[in-house]
Amino acid sequence: MHPALSVIFLTTLIGAGQGLFLALYTGQVYALANLLPAQGAGFYVGGSLIALALLVGGLIASFFHLGRPERAWRAATRWRTSWLSREVLVLPLVMALVAAYGLAHYLGWTAPLFSLAGTLPITPTLIIGLFGTLAVFALFLCTAMIYAAVPFLEEWHSPLTVANFTLFGIASGFLLAAGYSAWLGNQLVAFFGTWGVIATLLALVTRLGALARNRSLARGKGRKSTVQSAIGVRHSAVVQKAQGATGGSFNTREFFHGRSPGTLKVLRNLFLLLVFVLPVALVALGYVLESATLPLAAFAVQYLGLLIERWYFFAEATHPQNLYYSGVS
Amino acid sequence: MTQLALVIDLNVCVGCHACVTSCKQWNTSGWAGPLVDKNPYDAEPTGTFFNRVQTFEVGTFPLTETVHFPKSCLHCEDPPCVPVCPTGASYKRPDNGVVLVDYDKCIGCKYCSWACPYGAREIDEQQRVMKKCTLCIDRIIDLALPERERKPACVLACPTSARLFGDVHDPNSEVSVAIRERGGYQLMPEWGTRPSNHYLPRRRTALHINEDELVRADNPLRREDLTTYTGEEALDDVAW
Repeated sequence: MHPALSVIFLTTLIGAGQGLFLALYTGQVYALANLLPAQGAGFYVGGSLIALALLVGGLIASFFHLGRPERAWRAATRWRTSWLSREVLVLPLVMALVAAYGLAHYLGWTAPLFSLAGTLPITPTLIIGLFGTLAVFALFLCTAMIYAAVPFLEEWHSPLTVANFTLFGIASGFLLAAGYSAWLGNQLVAFFGTWGVIATLLALVTRLGALARNRSLARGKGRKSTVQSAIGVRHSAVVQKAQGATGGSFNTREFFHGRSPGTLKVLRNLFLLLVFVLPVALVALGYVLESATLPLAAFAVQYLGLLIERWYFFAEATHPQNLYYSGVS
Repeated sequence: MTQLALVIDLNVCVGCHACVTSCKQWNTSGWAGPLVDKNPYDAEPTGTFFNRVQTFEVGTFPLTETVHFPKSCLHCEDPPCVPVCPTGASYKRPDNGVVLVDYDKCIGCKYCSWACPYGAREIDEQQRVMKKCTLCIDRIIDLALPERERKPACVLACPTSARLFGDVHDPNSEVSVAIRERGGYQLMPEWGTRPSNHYLPRRRTALHINEDELVRADNPLRREDLTTYTGEEALDDVAW
């Protein structure tokens, strides 16, 4: 597939925004249980604003993917059948809940509404955050299922796609939270950093799983279609001589990345380095040096790596329609 | 239930591209506006077509066959491109089973093209919406046209009658009989999309001539034949 920058930015930006919100809310819940020092409203307001900015950035990027962005509102209508439509509905919901979460902290709605079991004070921010968390996970599911639900793109048609999108979002969000905390100089850096590293390592497992699965697919194992089934000629030697267009077509542009296998290999190794190895090393180094900027650098490096990872995710997928355009690949 | 479809005879198709040009001509001149053409008279010409003829070579030289393979939307009975559309622009007509795009609702997200294993959908980069074969819906349901012209432009244009058009759900239609009796098959059946368009396979067309037939053993005039045969004769030289 041809990787579109708009979708690469959409999925990585909202992933980081969702992860950052989860980090903030996790921090609040831990503080509630006295496992972490409580933070002032400013921490949550600032964090929510950053998360919101990432979500808005992703939304803006998504419009560049559309031929007719002025009709984008129509995309909310087919939520019964289309994961894309579901994402279009859940993304604004997440944005609204993240904004409400920040606003509730800003307005100081931290007085308990009631107490659970006499000890656990339930505040409005806690309730909004809970709904926000549910919406964030729903959005991870919707975004990933857009890709995982298409059976024809066999590289994507796997639960690993959902796991990767979710874990990458959580990892980058927690690393951003660690960077944000380190920048502010509060004591949550180690907490966010540790969970960011754990999510990164879990994502390493699922991403390597997806890479291994795709490698066996590339070898032809489990590929459903062949050029023989594509044109219905049962012969072992079928060679395409003409593809019905002189200067290429939508089919030759949309479904091919146009890079050499060597470039792909370099980019894969690069993203493995930038997403997994360097951020973990930077977080560890930042912890030892008690640096205010290294955790932020860890996020920046991982985000750059995620852009390449997402590019590779698209490029690696092979569409069965390419069998009709074997002259290109 | 009616399911209109094409049946394409690969045994007859000569790869002349008349279906491609007539399709383009009809569909670029219709109510839906032009089909984009970029650099039509320049290097790297490209544009949106509903129908393309591709050519495949089967076998190893010199034992090869050239297969001309016209490809357009197959109007699947279970079209995977329809449910993924977020706006409902992509739909299957309930009355005749033609899969269509409402160009006024399409947002150009291209998701439907990902969900089509056949590559039948092409975006129009000028109108910025997804387009595909309509089976010339504006012809086939136009009661103002004489009945023999209520067919897709490609079918009317085909000089070898390689393209048949009709209702594949009617067991007695021309297309159903052709599918049944001439080994009609579907493309990529493994995906369960149940394409309505079918293809008729290539058939062996070998001519076997017995020596009898060349010398006309039963011909009473054979005895009076004064020709000196060299063994290089073709059928035309000896038959009369």
